[in-house]
Amino acid sequence: MKRVLLLTLVAAGCGALAALAYAWHGEIAPISPPPAATFDRAQIERGAALALIGDCRTCHTAPGGTTFAGGLAMPTPFGTIYSTNITPDPETGIGRWPLAAFVRAMREGVDREGRHLYPAFPYDHFSLTTDADLAALYAFLMTRTPVVATAPANQLPFPINIRLVLAGWKLLFFHPEPFKDDPSRDAAWNRGRYLVEGLAHCGACHTPRNLMGAEIRSRAFAGGEAEGWTAYPLDAQSPARVPWTKAALAQYLREGWQTDHGVALGPMGPVTENLAEAPAQDIEAMADYLASLGAPASETATPKAPAPDASGQRPQSAGWQAAAMALPTDASAGRRVFAAACAACHQAGRPLPLGGVDLALSTAVAAETPRNLLNLILRGVPAADGVAAPIMPPFAAMDDTALTALLDYLRRDIAARPAWLDLAAAITAARRAAAPQTTANPAKGAP
Amino acid sequence: MITFTVNGTRRTIAAAPDTPLLYVLRGELELNGAKFGCGLGQCGACTVLVDGEPVFSCITPVMLLDERTVRTIEGLGSADAPGPVQAAFIAEQAAQCGYCIAGMVMRAQALLERDGDPDDDAILAALEPSLCRCGTHVRIVRAVKRAARTMAGKPMAGKVEAVR
Repeated sequence: MKRVLLLTLVAAGCGALAALAYAWHGEIAPISPPPAATFDRAQIERGAALALIGDCRTCHTAPGGTTFAGGLAMPTPFGTIYSTNITPDPETGIGRWPLAAFVRAMREGVDREGRHLYPAFPYDHFSLTTDADLAALYAFLMTRTPVVATAPANQLPFPINIRLVLAGWKLLFFHPEPFKDDPSRDAAWNRGRYLVEGLAHCGACHTPRNLMGAEIRSRAFAGGEAEGWTAYPLDAQSPARVPWTKAALAQYLREGWQTDHGVALGPMGPVTENLAEAPAQDIEAMADYLASLGAPASETATPKAPAPDASGQRPQSAGWQAAAMALPTDASAGRRVFAAACAACHQAGRPLPLGGVDLALSTAVAAETPRNLLNLILRGVPAADGVAAPIMPPFAAMDDTALTALLDYLRRDIAARPAWLDLAAAITAARRAAAPQTTANPAKGAP
Repeated sequence: MITFTVNGTRRTIAAAPDTPLLYVLRGELELNGAKFGCGLGQCGACTVLVDGEPVFSCITPVMLLDERTVRTIEGLGSADAPGPVQAAFIAEQAAQCGYCIAGMVMRAQALLERDGDPDDDAILAALEPSLCRCGTHVRIVRAVKRAARTMAGKPMAGKVEAVR
């Protein structure tokens, strides 16, 4: 009996040691920050383009803060994580990181000091990135202006606040493999897949996650969520009423909107702002791969473009007067709200960006949940800076009764889909998220 | 028939239910403070408060407002007895042509009712949906800060607070 106990203890001890050995990563020795002149100009430019595709600055910049200096609060189901300073500041940034440390962070999710990084930093995607691309990203980041900035401490509960716990998470969910081209596909498609699956980390939002916060690989691109928005499925389950073609995807990714599909909103907005500056051929490649994930074109509706008039012009009407619709006396409340508040733009027959998207073809109306549609109605689409892009005023004055009636009408009569369940709860949640933040400035003392 | 409260008075509206609130305010109720700017909910000149929240009245059909509470700039004070936000805008001479100012004042009012001591960022964020083509933004921000002080019972003397 004693021997069994002893053996068990020895086995458990060995197991613990093995686990610690697996979990433990040594420090990589710091270096003196390399002078900018030691990096190749062309390599820095390649890195700049890759950083845009990787959306690096979106997370590594706090509101009103310096680009790449970190400090953005990222709410997760487990607590709040703050992004870090990735400028080459020697003390608070990555200035003393050799290339090997940067590569290890991107491929293994371990920082220079040997600490495990939380997977809010999507190393489960970045691990696919090639040596040459990581070197280019490193060259780009190490030649930015150093900024002294320390991120606030993460707010995570025990035991998640112990970074060693992440070794167990990685053992279960993180199995990086180098990227391999599919020889049956052409170079552009493979380039697109490399970027979409890797640096662009599209799956971080568009793939569902399990209870431990890991992407469910068997359901890649089956749709997920981010910051109170639905990230629509990109696979054959896409709720889009108009098939996403390669050309449509390329336009959407680069310009942030597309005539038949509408506007990139919520967390997708900054993604398209970054991609607008990325190399066109990379966006084309990503669109090529993304289009191949979707449903075959024959299974979905075809787009309806407004008919040109005799002069060859699209209808140009907009405004309340243009929308005066003769409603039957028994028209539903939802139809009345639609006619009074929505039709002026959405039924004026004027295409985006100056008119509204045809709601019969709208993904937000056809989607599984009303979340994005509600976010859109309550917040509107603010004017973009410096480009002609669609706009929509917010309709926050709609009370719950009007919203419910409108959504029922849009869903059943316009999109011919079954009514959404739990609309009341969805409205409450969307209203809470859209409400203006009351003052929460910790710098402000008592009066 | 649609009935709502405007500046404390219950009004029953004769206009068709799909009429924009702005047209009802200006045409039927003769409250001309809110202005028609773009008619698309983009410039903010028509902003009024519905249940305390700023709303573009030019794109809000009155059918949405049955039994709701509307406040316009006329409800904040008069030329003889301006309210604290109006008085602050006058003190800072925050209007150039003045077309946007009713909307700016209503947005400032809504902000100050939920945050009595807003910083510059909060003021800029709250007033962002209102456009001023004359460019009096610096004075507008000062006016909002002045109004905050007045409403907190700590009115400023003649000197104005520096703006970043």
